[in-house]
Amino acid sequence: MSDITSSSFVRRDLLTERPAPVKTTGFIGLVRTRLFNSPTNILLTIIGALLLWFTIVPSVRFLVVDAVWSGKDRTACLAENAGFAVGACWPYIQAKLPQLIYGFYPEAERWRVNLTLLLAVVLLLPLLIPRLPAKGLNAGLFFLAFPVVAFFLLHGGGIKGFGLSWTAGLLELFDDSIINAGQVLLGLSKTSAIGPLLWIVGQLIVLVGTAISWLIFPLTWLRDQIQGTGQSVWLDFAITAAIVSLIGFVLGGGVRTGGRALASCIATFVAIAVVIKLMDLDHGGLSIVTTNLWGGLLVTLVVSVTGIVTSLPIGIALALGRRSTIPLIRIFSIAFIEFWRGVPLITVLFFATYMLPLFLPGNFTVDGLVRALIGIALFTGAYQAENVRGGLAAIPRGQGEAAAALGLSWWKTTSLIVLPQALRHVIPNLVNSFISLFKDTSLVSIVALFDLLGSLRASFSDPKWSTPSTAFTGFAFAGIIYFIFCFGMSRYSLFVERRLNAHRRN
Amino acid sequence: MSDPIVKISGLNKWYGEFHVLRDIDLEVKKGERIVICGPSGSGKSTLIRCINALEEFQEGEIVVDGIALGPNLKHIDAVRREVGMVFQSFNLFPHLTVLDNCTLAPIWVRNIPKRDAEATAMKFLERVKIPHQANKFPGQMSGGQQQRVAIARALTMNPKVMLFDEPTSALDPEMVKEVLDTMVDLAEEGMTMLVVTHEMGFAREVANRVVFMDAGQIIEANTPNEFFAAPQHARTKLFLSQILR
Ligand SMILES: Nc1ncnc2c1ncn2[C@@H]1O[C@H](COP(=O)(O)OP(=O)(O)OP(=O)(O)O)[C@@H](O)[C@H]1O
Ligand SMILES: [Mg+2]
Repeated sequence: MSDITSSSFVRRDLLTERPAPVKTTGFIGLVRTRLFNSPTNILLTIIGALLLWFTIVPSVRFLVVDAVWSGKDRTACLAENAGFAVGACWPYIQAKLPQLIYGFYPEAERWRVNLTLLLAVVLLLPLLIPRLPAKGLNAGLFFLAFPVVAFFLLHGGGIKGFGLSWTAGLLELFDDSIINAGQVLLGLSKTSAIGPLLWIVGQLIVLVGTAISWLIFPLTWLRDQIQGTGQSVWLDFAITAAIVSLIGFVLGGGVRTGGRALASCIATFVAIAVVIKLMDLDHGGLSIVTTNLWGGLLVTLVVSVTGIVTSLPIGIALALGRRSTIPLIRIFSIAFIEFWRGVPLITVLFFATYMLPLFLPGNFTVDGLVRALIGIALFTGAYQAENVRGGLAAIPRGQGEAAAALGLSWWKTTSLIVLPQALRHVIPNLVNSFISLFKDTSLVSIVALFDLLGSLRASFSDPKWSTPSTAFTGFAFAGIIYFIFCFGMSRYSLFVERRLNAHRRN
Repeated sequence: MSDPIVKISGLNKWYGEFHVLRDIDLEVKKGERIVICGPSGSGKSTLIRCINALEEFQEGEIVVDGIALGPNLKHIDAVRREVGMVFQSFNLFPHLTVLDNCTLAPIWVRNIPKRDAEATAMKFLERVKIPHQANKFPGQMSGGQQQRVAIARALTMNPKVMLFDEPTSALDPEMVKEVLDTMVDLAEEGMTMLVVTHEMGFAREVANRVVFMDAGQIIEANTPNEFFAAPQHARTKLFLSQILR
């Protein structure tokens, strides 16, 4: 030992590295320092071990050890044939797998579902991996193009017109409802006490409606002309493409800088044309599979993906609306959020499925699945709004002021400065809502939509497979599927959180 | 150095019933450096925040480089493009790198191509002596560095006037100097500056005029020499005796 207390010290031989004492590292160290280092911890360790023993062991026994792995029908899964107390009956899942994935989707058309899923994966995976380039194009394809293609793939059917016809149709519908409202008022004015007033208002509304119908007449006339020709889709397509490209060109800055906008417009329309041609949309497209035939995992995924993708923008819009300085927008947002948060999802689904048709005008029907989709999107949107609001509240006022002082408009400040920070703060909450949405999709089975769980329950009634363990096997299987998706989302959100919050680490 | 680039006339502002700014008249000539001081709550921040319309006001008019800003706040965007602002709490955008902080506004407000905006930003980052930190996030820098980035960020928009609201009062003493040095450099290049600060050394060295405010009004305005050597108003004397100890 050298004497360090004396005033000068110079080390002569450097110390070599020694392994840490066995007692503090490795398994023994862990056991000593973490599991058995105090009486409470000893007790907790024992309780934990017992819990694991009583949950893991029976699960493994049921799912693996005592399971039956092959067979043609229920007889294989009966104890008297197998010779032991049977756990999971996997051949049942195997036999029912198509039903669990596709529902009653016609067998010959199931390739369409597979193709859609494949497309979704091919577009989604690169979007999720931050290193890959062209995120803008990728996101555009996934969020805008994919839903349309998926609709025509899964549902089938074709188109009769394009942008121009649709615009004309929408305007006509809008105008018709104005005129209708006016006529209703006129009808009421005959019996009401404030008749003259109603009459004047009604006349005014009808007048406005008629004026609009004259205004849009050129458009509807053109539409009718186009529909008269044999090539209505392509003619309409060409006109729409020309108009939109021109607008893009002008908005993009005209001759000087509009070239890029023009090029991307044309590229988009060429891509649309290719899709129309490939899927034969101009000649009626694929055969129609109505949504009441859809089922299983397909419905679960359609409902949850649409719900997830649409609820976030809805939530952001509502959260911004709630903080708006314009009273009308603020009150609407608050009322909307509180309404949807105040009713249970089951009520929403029931309302959307059974009551909504009573309120809509007679000739206006909305598909059952779409109604459920809208209900779920709005419901989750209201929750997401509150999550986003929490994030917005965490952004200091100085951020907005600094952006304003640099000359950024409200929209740019919000989309470039405030929202990116606010959303980062609340990623865990957002994903939490996504996960609960994913599981809540199973509620659609009470409004006659057969999601994964619904299809599963339907399959229980098949006498060919009724054994004591059928139901347990089915639920175990569904549980595993749900867990894989939810756990995946949870892990991915952790990854995103860590990545996006790199700036908070010093 | 003759025509006023900022002209404030008859400015009055109320927070509810509270009269924060009372009949403010102030002219700032091109290239002039004005230091505004005064006790806490006297309305200094409010005054300079009115100049780039971060605060609205009820009476009077502010003309910045020929653009009039009245109580109806019409030409906000045009005025904000002329005026750069540096805040006490830096207010850098924490989710963006230093470089992105400096290119955001040129790209999105002035529609400058990204590459040009980055070149300009690097030029200004060099001027505030932190070009090598361009890819760091603000949270990874010291307060003094952050404030210098904030100055660079404001300069990238080529403002004709720079406003500083107590730029050094959130800084540790050893970082105050680096920020003040940057501001002195800026002054030497001829930038028009309105600076709210209690750094009297800076006022003596750089200011053309010192404006003393209390209770929402301008009490005294004078050249630094006169202001410090022979303050006229009793409140100015009291304030100076407190601040200079
Ligand atoms: N949003 C507001 N609503 C009501 N009163 C306010 C508001 N902002 C500031 N005030 C009041 O206006 C007065 C002037 O505030 P201002 O921030 O301009 O003072 P200051 O001179 O910058 O003070 P300091 O040196 O503390 O920064 C203060 O009395 C303050 O309480
Ligand atoms: Mg202040």
